Amino acid sequence: MSDALALDPGVVAVIFGMALVTYATKAGGLWLVGRVDLSERAEAGLDVLPGAVVVAFVAPALAEGGVPEWVAAGATIAVAHKTGSLLLSLGVGVGTVLIVRQVV
Amino acid sequence: MAEAESTAKPPTDADPETDNEAVTFTLAGVREGFITGFPVAVGVAGYGVVFGVIAGRAGLSVAEAALMSATVLAGAAQLIGVELWADSVPAATVIATVGIVNLRYLLMGAALRPWFRQLSPRAAYGSIFFTADENWALTIAKHRSGSRRGAFLLGSGLVLWLLWVAATVLGVIAGDLLGVPEQYGLDFVLTALFLTLAVGLWEGRESIRPWLAAAGVALVANLVLPGEWYVIIGALAGAGMQMVDYE
Repeated sequence: MSDALALDPGVVAVIFGMALVTYATKAGGLWLVGRVDLSERAEAGLDVLPGAVVVAFVAPALAEGGVPEWVAAGATIAVAHKTGSLLLSLGVGVGTVLIVRQVV
Repeated sequence: MAEAESTAKPPTDADPETDNEAVTFTLAGVREGFITGFPVAVGVAGYGVVFGVIAGRAGLSVAEAALMSATVLAGAAQLIGVELWADSVPAATVIATVGIVNLRYLLMGAALRPWFRQLSPRAAYGSIFFTADENWALTIAKHRSGSRRGAFLLGSGLVLWLLWVAATVLGVIAGDLLGVPEQYGLDFVLTALFLTLAVGLWEGRESIRPWLAAAGVALVANLVLPGEWYVIIGALAGAGMQMVDYE
């Protein structure tokens, strides 16, 4: 392996390119929405956007998972619904997935 | 602990007039984000180690991998970027791919707007650098619970950033000894986090149509399109459904 502290200029250039592009995507949405005057209809769309992002992210992840992920998802939702505690639902979710993977 | 989910409003000092409106940007907000974000950041660190291992195999030095984690701070994009790199794909293609993988941040940033437009541009655009899937989810949940602490994203992002960079270094140096995140169930942390957030975002009947649209379109997009386009297309379908239904 190369020297641990080596910083190749070409590599650093690509890293900064990646960093710039990433920052542009993170800041870009915030900036764009601030530029335009949103209609009430668009505001309604923006209002459901967090839920839509979450669902669009999770649905394929669960579809690609198996029984352990499905059982753990059910347990996570149940605990989140009952207690509203993030730590508890994360803990139960991860714990359940580990246990069921041993069994299945 | 209680800090993670306190819904009760602390009987503060805040003047009742500003209490309802003004979003603050304070050290207390950073602190709260940092503490709430810590357990989640531990889960993310599992992937920092994986990233370190892959970066090391791709020929990056410890310093280069750490620099990438510190300046890019986007897990999936870094992993894919470095894998392409190892296959000697041209730099421009690597950077373009990173942009595409990160397109979902456009939507996540837009979703923060109602909260962040009340902050100074410096605070808003500085904090947004620290956005990752995990602390975005925590921040949205915090905002929906009525919190006014605008520095929450920064605080939860800082703890994530610290552990992400540290885990990257650990991964390059000793990653092979630590095993894979799946072994510890860490691959489920993000799903569990998003599911918990979904429970909080659920608004009953009103959510049914946009969510079904988002899920259905995301599932189909995931089958027919490469990469992570499904998140963006599915989310836009959900928001679009709500706009069509409006009134």
